Amino acid sequence: MCLAIPGQIIAIDDHADPLKRTGQVDFFGISKVVSLGFVPEAKLNDFVIVHAGIALSLIDEEEAKASFQAFSELANRSDFE
Amino acid sequence: MKYLNEYRAPDTVKRLADAISALTTRPWRIMEVCGGQTHSILKYGIDQLLPEYVTLIHGPGCPVCVTPLTAIDKALAMARQPGVIFCSFGDMLRVPGSREDLLSVKARGADIRIVYSPLDALTIARQNLDKEIVFFGVGFETTAPATAIAVWQSKQDNLSNLSFLVCHVRVPPIVEALLVSTENSINGFLGAGHVCSIMGYQEYLPICHKHRKPIVITGFEPVDILQGIYLCLKQLEEKRYEVENQYRRVVNPNGNRTAQALMQNVFKVVDSHWRGLGKIPNSGLALSDEYNDRNAELRFDTGIDVVSEPHNCQSGQILQGLIKPPQCPEFGIRCTPETPLGATMVSSEGACAAYYRYRRHPHG
Amino acid sequence: MAEINLNCPLPLPYEQIVMAHGGGGRLMQQLLDRLIQPVFDNPILAQKQDSAVITVNSAKLAFTTDSYVIKPLFFPGGDIGKLAVCGTLNDLAMSGAKPLYLSCSLIIEEGFPLADLKRILQSMQQSAQKAGVKIVTGDTKVVEQGKGDGLYINTAGIGIIESALAISPQKIHSGDSIIINGDIARHGIAIMLERESMQFDHHITSDCSDLSGIVHGLLDSGVQAHCMRDLTRGGLASVLLELASAADCHLEIDETAVPIHEAVSSACEILGFDPLYVANEGCFVLFVPEHQTYQALEILRLDPLGQQAAVIGKVIRPKPGGMVTVKTSFGTSRVLNLLSGEQLPRIC
Repeated sequence: MCLAIPGQIIAIDDHADPLKRTGQVDFFGISKVVSLGFVPEAKLNDFVIVHAGIALSLIDEEEAKASFQAFSELANRSDFE
Repeated sequence: MKYLNEYRAPDTVKRLADAISALTTRPWRIMEVCGGQTHSILKYGIDQLLPEYVTLIHGPGCPVCVTPLTAIDKALAMARQPGVIFCSFGDMLRVPGSREDLLSVKARGADIRIVYSPLDALTIARQNLDKEIVFFGVGFETTAPATAIAVWQSKQDNLSNLSFLVCHVRVPPIVEALLVSTENSINGFLGAGHVCSIMGYQEYLPICHKHRKPIVITGFEPVDILQGIYLCLKQLEEKRYEVENQYRRVVNPNGNRTAQALMQNVFKVVDSHWRGLGKIPNSGLALSDEYNDRNAELRFDTGIDVVSEPHNCQSGQILQGLIKPPQCPEFGIRCTPETPLGATMVSSEGACAAYYRYRRHPHG
Repeated sequence: MAEINLNCPLPLPYEQIVMAHGGGGRLMQQLLDRLIQPVFDNPILAQKQDSAVITVNSAKLAFTTDSYVIKPLFFPGGDIGKLAVCGTLNDLAMSGAKPLYLSCSLIIEEGFPLADLKRILQSMQQSAQKAGVKIVTGDTKVVEQGKGDGLYINTAGIGIIESALAISPQKIHSGDSIIINGDIARHGIAIMLERESMQFDHHITSDCSDLSGIVHGLLDSGVQAHCMRDLTRGGLASVLLELASAADCHLEIDETAVPIHEAVSSACEILGFDPLYVANEGCFVLFVPEHQTYQALEILRLDPLGQQAAVIGKVIRPKPGGMVTVKTSFGTSRVLNLLSGEQLPRIC
């Protein structure tokens, strides 16, 4: 239903009203000004998931690693990374 | 591409597929609610990696498909008016109204712009102060916050030449409705990850317990989908039913509170009609009264009240997962992407269109 | 859900031309097969080649024409003038012809700036000169304001076929390797990002270029090309489907082998496009006997337009009506079908 793509914040345009905060988000060779209004905690170089020009949420690097850990247990192999 | 490539790695996919085969002891039917997941499944052939007796049922998760005919006819009427720039997501352009679609109106000269974001409509409004700009807000709770922020900002900036035709829809009421109507035909659900990034998944806890069906909030890449299926099957095999979160890197249990707060301000919950499924209580989002001055339905008198949908195809059953597209007698014969009987054939995300595109063997 | 209605709209009958009739997809194929081909019916047209091959006093000539309608007229990597020359040169090249002469017809909208017209004509001349061909005849018409998108161009071209090779879809054979010269989908993405109100920052340029040089490098070196076809509106998928049907063969493509630039691939992810269906203006596919695969690759890679040349698939077996399947990196496969029209950006 909802095409949302990970991208990295490469510049932030702060605003007095946090809902109006925007940032330049790079999607690996193509970038766009995206609303950061819903991710007030986002910092430069963070990865966010973007849909229709707004950042829906930050991507949690620790959780991403943990879920890969889960695959490795699931596959019963210790060398998976 | 970070956060994409590693979730498409063939060796990881293979290991997950093997783990699923090893785990499964009996036939199960799992529905992916979200059209984006249907697309991934067919594009990557994920169903071909599953044991034969695990069946995936494609759910109603395509906001373009379920947008009611009344809304599309209103959109067409607004887009036809001189002096209007009508802004829409690209996939709405081919969805047929009663007589035609936005693409044909555009071909006849109407100023219809494909935008990537509702915020692009703000830019267009600022650049065209002598025109009336209308944004067609469709989609689930993932897209609704984008419309919400555009509505809010247009009011903040006093942009009076921009209004919104809003028919957003909510996922939990449809999941609940599906659970009731599909009774025992579906064993477990993959929840829509991106919707949950906004809404969280607390709303699913009572649904899950009431109906005793596992719900696994799942992402969109092949590895995500297979892991979602694995977790769902594991619950089924172990006779558990819980709400589980596979898409933890993006979804937290409470969702995005900032977005929810703005949505509560900008929208109100209404009953909504789903094309092919009928009216579902509390399943829609309309502009709240505070934003009546931005409501395109109040600004333009289209003379359209309620358009009843002509009787024809079986998209209602397909949207509920009761039949698969090829089982419809009209599929690929009278119903094709050029002559769609139902919206599930129009949207590239629709289950019928996805089957037509990826599975139909052109000559038998 | 007590009240489930099995509701759907009735089909739209097309009694008029719709945009998708020109989109390079299934509707266009229907228009060609059901209206245009039957009316003009003759054996040369029936070969369904990009260029007609005709014999005049024992000389084998290739003859082709194409009209160019594009918004915007100037885009990253080219303009309508360069496109109009290169497109016709490419159609000639695909039949193995050396291009000789071009025509140029202009349909200009009243009010069109002369400075823009001059820029476009100079761009045409530059592309023609580079290819060693002359634009020797033409026509100019002006239409009222509002009746054209600034400028439409039609070009026709004549070339001579010196090699004895018969290059045509009918020569496609089981076991042939399918080779592509470069990365796909750049033209369509560059145009889409430029045209629609989507406001992205990027460096993606159209691949618009003249392929006659690289094609003749290949043929002159003795590669026995069975068939060549340049990719245009409907992208790689549409061309393969057309050839599979003309050759009555099953083609299989390895999705991971198809070259694509990372930024183009990202743009496709964002817009929800399948790059296999996105337009190209400087790519072609080549069918060669398996034993010449590496020779062909080596020669292609000598040319600037062939740096990324790759084997993307093979002809599996004869199959009446034709079929194209795509093998994914997971060993699964899917069937390709013609799209109804141009892909549109999607949210879902």
